[in-house]
Amino acid sequence: MKKILRFFSKNITILVLIVCVVFFSLVSDVFFTVNNITNVIRQVAVTGIAAAGMTMIMLTGGIDLTPGSTVGFVGVICALLMTKIGMPVWLVVIVGILAGLLIGLLNGVLVAYAKMPPLICTLAVMHGIRGLCYILTSGMPIFGFPSSFGVLGKAYIGFIPVPIIILAVVFVAIALLLEKTSMGRHIYAIGGNREALRLSGVNVEKRLVQVYGIAGVLFGLAGVVLLSRISSAQPSAGNGFEFDVVTAVVLGGISVSGGEGKLSGAITGVLIMGILANGMTLLNIYEYYQMIMKCLVLLIAVFAGEYAKNKQSFGFRKKRKVVD
Amino acid sequence: MGSILTMRGIGKWYPGVQALKSVDFDLEPGEVHALVGENGAGKSTLIKILSGATTNDEGEILLDGERIDPLTPVKSQAAGICVVYQEINLVPEMSIMQNIFLGAEIKNGLFCDDATMRSRVEELLNRLGISIDPGKRVSELSTAQQQMVEIAKGLLLEAKILVLDEPTAALTSEEIQRLFEVIKALKKQGVSIIYISHRLEEIYMIADRITVLRDGSYICTSTPAQLTNNQLIKYIVGRELSQQYPDIQTNIGDEMLRVEHLTNSKISDVTFAVRAGEILGFAGLVGSGRTEILRAIFGADALDSGRIFVKGREVNIVDPQSAIKEGIALVPEERKSQGLVLSLSCKTNITLASLRKICRLGFIRRRLEKEVVDDKVKAIKIKCSNTDFKASTLSGGNQQKLVIAKWLCCNSDILLVDEPTRGIDVGAKNEIYELMKKSCNEGRAVVMVSSDLPELLGVADRIIVMHEGRVSGELKKDEFDSEVIFKLATNS
Repeated sequence: MKKILRFFSKNITILVLIVCVVFFSLVSDVFFTVNNITNVIRQVAVTGIAAAGMTMIMLTGGIDLTPGSTVGFVGVICALLMTKIGMPVWLVVIVGILAGLLIGLLNGVLVAYAKMPPLICTLAVMHGIRGLCYILTSGMPIFGFPSSFGVLGKAYIGFIPVPIIILAVVFVAIALLLEKTSMGRHIYAIGGNREALRLSGVNVEKRLVQVYGIAGVLFGLAGVVLLSRISSAQPSAGNGFEFDVVTAVVLGGISVSGGEGKLSGAITGVLIMGILANGMTLLNIYEYYQMIMKCLVLLIAVFAGEYAKNKQSFGFRKKRKVVD
Repeated sequence: MGSILTMRGIGKWYPGVQALKSVDFDLEPGEVHALVGENGAGKSTLIKILSGATTNDEGEILLDGERIDPLTPVKSQAAGICVVYQEINLVPEMSIMQNIFLGAEIKNGLFCDDATMRSRVEELLNRLGISIDPGKRVSELSTAQQQMVEIAKGLLLEAKILVLDEPTAALTSEEIQRLFEVIKALKKQGVSIIYISHRLEEIYMIADRITVLRDGSYICTSTPAQLTNNQLIKYIVGRELSQQYPDIQTNIGDEMLRVEHLTNSKISDVTFAVRAGEILGFAGLVGSGRTEILRAIFGADALDSGRIFVKGREVNIVDPQSAIKEGIALVPEERKSQGLVLSLSCKTNITLASLRKICRLGFIRRRLEKEVVDDKVKAIKIKCSNTDFKASTLSGGNQQKLVIAKWLCCNSDILLVDEPTRGIDVGAKNEIYELMKKSCNEGRAVVMVSSDLPELLGVADRIIVMHEGRVSGELKKDEFDSEVIFKLATNS
């Protein structure tokens, strides 16, 4: 019993996940069915792919607000290439991912070499990229893609949806990178103590550009999968997506100031977000109210993280009695 | 005359060290009482206790005969104690007036009453005998003027006791004269002043009494008339060696590192060489440029000019990577903020600078890493039960050994060590000394910066003394003399 308690006090997110599952299973008949669960995971696949990238960035103590507009931009680019010039599907996928890489590298250079605070510089880039989406589409949706493009988002291998397989591959790859490679060590060390890493002879700037670049690739991939699933490129696609991604990562216990947390936590965070959205929809909670729920989830997650890290500094301290 | 402030039997422990041992200090109304001692003698700790930044573990503090300890920052301010620190704590973008009233703005209903505040500030500045426009931004002021603003801030709170910590460190001699006039004016108004300085000639000019601290102990209190300059220096530095230093003879070999005319904003024209098997010590006051020399050689700070030679060959060091490639290692001044990633494991910290050696295609070879780490942990006796524990769980001495282990993994043969034993206990200090001597025996060269003079005298083979970014003297082992070093470091 004690062991179980200790496990949960260390892995509070898993406990939250279980509570969510149990709660929605009790209040809804449909929730705990193979169909619905598969559906939840397929829906969170896009968020999950992006969350893997965001985890890397947040471990360095940074943040990236561009995943939403990157997803929209990649969708627009791919749609235009397919409908206007009939580019082969496989090449479209590569170009889409490369577009994500470019945006990531831009962010990386701004953060690492121009020394801009990540929050502000990615906010600017996010806005600019969204503008590009509207310019390229004149604000109109694009559709009519070759049917083979739908494989990434809609097909199954056996009984497993393809997006889930892509998500699994991404998670395994990024988990290996974080846990087993020198780059992973450097990512944690940048968030933990950037100066100590620099004085250990590591080119921190180059590492940061690589991190933002890889994250950009993942955001691009997320964009391609999303486009494939919904079969239509909206210039506003991915609006508010960065919120879901950041919330999932914070919920997963990745420290907002960097250096601490595990990718497995971020996966759990993604699942919690997906289950909350799905469960609330099943309970007929209107989407706008869901936004308020998500707001509370993010605030509570950040508070819990900070509280666990620094219990002493919270609350009102008792006045010390002065002995005369 | 009765004392306004009495501190009796003050004791303070930090983990592993006793910073103050039953120190007595008292202050009379309207006197300037100088507090002197070497770096680490306990002056700052005493001031921190007075300002409420930390509390005394022993002893009592009486203000006008009433016991007021333990002090908190708020209580200390309310009691009329004001500390002007060496580093200026003003908001540069705000005006003098806004800075002086920061947190104590006079309000006129909802809004700040600028007119009243302005006239109060003018009055305060008048009291200090200076005329600056209160609306001027602090960033436009000279260091001396900024210091005056700090003092004015203290006067606003009706300070009865003003503590000046190294107030003249950044001032020109003309500005110092003006500061002294202000101090004399304040004295007449009944303000008592605790004056901390390394510059003994100033103390003779301004102080009514002098108290000497050494190694956290109270040495004596006297008047300038009863104490000659040489006697004072003896009190400040003279002590029996309380520690043992390893007596290991090393063979001095070929030249390992030579630097010529190193110059940047903090150091000018620094030239020296160090040979294999030698420990070269750097002495000087805090801020004399010792740390900056090490950082410049290691490529952590940029150089404006100067040349660096490793084993007789000129090298181009632009960043830490290039320094490490030349076999140079830096054990930095602040092990927590510069030496270690405290949130990561001991193992990760040890291999952080040499990951390439234990990687295959970017993947870390866990078994090899464990071998390397266990080997180093055993070799330099790091006390940690599990190398997967976070570095933050280790004691100061063991953390310092982690940093050294990191560089031993790189096979660095020029070790630059900055304050290697700061804040660690005596036993661990000795192990660090032995480690440095052992490194020398294995043919490495060590350059060591330390503010602990007996330590330098005990460990170094040669000492270079710095003063204000320049080399002010060099002593061979048989010339070592703490009085000479103190004079060179303070230029007295």
